[in-house]
Amino acid sequence: MAHCFRSLILALGLLVGAAHAEETLIVASTTSTEQSGLFGWILPKFEQSTGIKVRIVAVGTGQALDIGRRGDADVLFVHERAAEDKFVAEGYGSYRQDVMYNDFVFIGPKDDPAKIRNAGNALGALKAIAASGQPFISRGDKSGTHAAELRLWKEAGLEPKSLTGYKETGSGMGPTLNMTAAINGYTLSDRATWGAFKNRRDLDLVLAGDPVLFNPYGVIPVNSARHPHVNKQAAERFTLWLTSKDGQAAIAAFRADGQPVFFPNAKK
Amino acid sequence: MTPTLLDALFLLGHFDHRLLDIVGLSLRVSLSALTIGALLGLPLGAWLAVASFPGRGALIVALNALMGLPSVVVGVMVYLALSRSGPLGSYGLLFSPAAMIVAQSVLVVPLIAAVTRQIVEDAWREYAPELSLIGISRPQAVMLLLTDCRFSLSVATLAGLGRAMSEVGAVMIVGGNIDGYTRVMTTAIALETSKGDLALSIALGIVLMAIILSLNVAAHFLRCWAVRRYG
Amino acid sequence: MFPLCIAGLRFAPEGRIVLNGLDLELSGEGISVIIGPNGAGKTLLLRLLAGVLPAHGGSILWGGAARADGRLAMVFQQPMLLRMSVFTNVEFALRPQAMTADERRARARDVLERVGLVHRAKDCARLLSGGERQRLALARAWAMRPRLLLLDEPTASLDPSATEAVERIIREIRTEGAKVLMTTHNLGQATRLADDIIFLAEGRVQEHESAQRFFARPQSPAARAFMQGELPWRIAFDR
Repeated sequence: MAHCFRSLILALGLLVGAAHAEETLIVASTTSTEQSGLFGWILPKFEQSTGIKVRIVAVGTGQALDIGRRGDADVLFVHERAAEDKFVAEGYGSYRQDVMYNDFVFIGPKDDPAKIRNAGNALGALKAIAASGQPFISRGDKSGTHAAELRLWKEAGLEPKSLTGYKETGSGMGPTLNMTAAINGYTLSDRATWGAFKNRRDLDLVLAGDPVLFNPYGVIPVNSARHPHVNKQAAERFTLWLTSKDGQAAIAAFRADGQPVFFPNAKK
Repeated sequence: MTPTLLDALFLLGHFDHRLLDIVGLSLRVSLSALTIGALLGLPLGAWLAVASFPGRGALIVALNALMGLPSVVVGVMVYLALSRSGPLGSYGLLFSPAAMIVAQSVLVVPLIAAVTRQIVEDAWREYAPELSLIGISRPQAVMLLLTDCRFSLSVATLAGLGRAMSEVGAVMIVGGNIDGYTRVMTTAIALETSKGDLALSIALGIVLMAIILSLNVAAHFLRCWAVRRYG
Repeated sequence: MFPLCIAGLRFAPEGRIVLNGLDLELSGEGISVIIGPNGAGKTLLLRLLAGVLPAHGGSILWGGAARADGRLAMVFQQPMLLRMSVFTNVEFALRPQAMTADERRARARDVLERVGLVHRAKDCARLLSGGERQRLALARAWAMRPRLLLLDEPTASLDPSATEAVERIIREIRTEGAKVLMTTHNLGQATRLADDIIFLAEGRVQEHESAQRFFARPQSPAARAFMQGELPWRIAFDR
């Protein structure tokens, strides 16, 4: 009975998905890497050189890590160092390697009512926003961006939820930028998604370059000892390629809005 | 707004291949789910219409309630079931079109079963005295009723297809919205809108509404024709 | 199966008494016609015999047995028609019987010919006129070769020519050996068809006579009043 059920579903799935004879790899990654267009750029190169078809499940970092813990993906590609280290330490991931970093930027109205340009650095900008009462839109979705944002508020000594203008969308960078544009407020975005974002209205990049805003990405193969079914070989080839000369060059060559947004930093 | 609309119409007019792939996948997933939904829902609804056992009333109420199951709830339930760490994990179905078919089937089966139950029960009430006098057995009666109500049931299945094609919550969660693999019209619309790229969203929206509209038009004409031809 | 002996039959839904100790004995031949005022329980009696409704008291014995050992068919006032062809509406009724598909089809054709509907065999049953529907229902019942045929107001809504066609069919069925028990409002029809008359009023059989004797001189006062068209209740004009 279960066998019949399985056969029926697989048959339908094959009919629908078109049987893939090639090898596939499931990568749980974040919305910033997918929505920025990075994967659209580097993955065809990977597939060409290895023949492995990559399937990206793009969710917030929190969910990506959960997917990895459940064994529903073969590799993680996320950007939240503390959580990544914990993931490996708890035995869910085999190891972690640096791949690249991008940076976060402050997005706000062109005329900058909170005057954060004057603040000069990230923490000062947050304090200025808090003082001015201007709206600030947070992703609020346990993503890497969200975690970084919360870290910065903490370092600035502020409790964001107590601010009148603080709003959490609980969604990805795109919808958050949409809302920021709609109510003409401030937000913290990764440079790549901002570069690819089309619905800007009156928004502009108002502050960037502070080293605390750098955002490192890591690649983690899911531990096959824990989940024996993962595609260990393909996962390792992916990790290898990302950190290799070819992969790093591909990342460096990616442009969003004419600018490089991801900076390779894999250790040789 | 207007340039975006023009872009959308451009995509439609040129049969943009991304758009066609997405539409094709949507149709295949939803039609597969509909097939399963009909194969399971029609007999279930028909049996429930003529059977009598303690708790039948409660079962009918439960079935009617399941019709309104929110798609995201179904998505989470199927996600947990199909996850590698879940009971059906060994099939490795998560993040694939098969998972989407499963999730949409879960949505469609109660809908078809509940509507079938209502239609067949009404017919049963009308026919039961004569059928039992003629000596038709219950199973034979069920087959007869299903055939007799074939037009109303077809309209019900079209409603099931509409539900499957319009939902986004279930397929988003269990499919993962993977580009080129599990991205269907509704999830693509959600994604493209969130990226602020509205041209493709609007184009897909137009296609989706056109399909839903066609389904309803087809259902209407089927009903009219059936009444005229069969009374 | 016969004689059919009904004794003390009661039917009282929610305390409202409709049949009040009805006694009746029927032989296995001929056409028995039940007449009586509205609400007397004519249709109800047929339904109780058919087993469509359960009685609340009394007994029905079929030739001494609790169950009828011959086949029973009933034509309701609004006969049920499937959304299919005329032919299928007759043929499906034969499926429970031990016949091959060919035999079923042959018999269906045969009865449809005899009721004059074979030229419409492929048409949809629900598009038939009132008279044609009754003939179809009769054909279906007749095809089953019942030992007892129950008819509830078979020509109630039909014009004279359709009525005549239906009556002819009923007579043929009787000739073939089935017992017919029918109700009617049409006293002319009763005189034309009945071998014996059952007069039902106030939930009981008031009279059961051969048709000849009943129409010559009804015995009971209620029957006499009914035949004269008198109202079973009085209306006072001057008060």
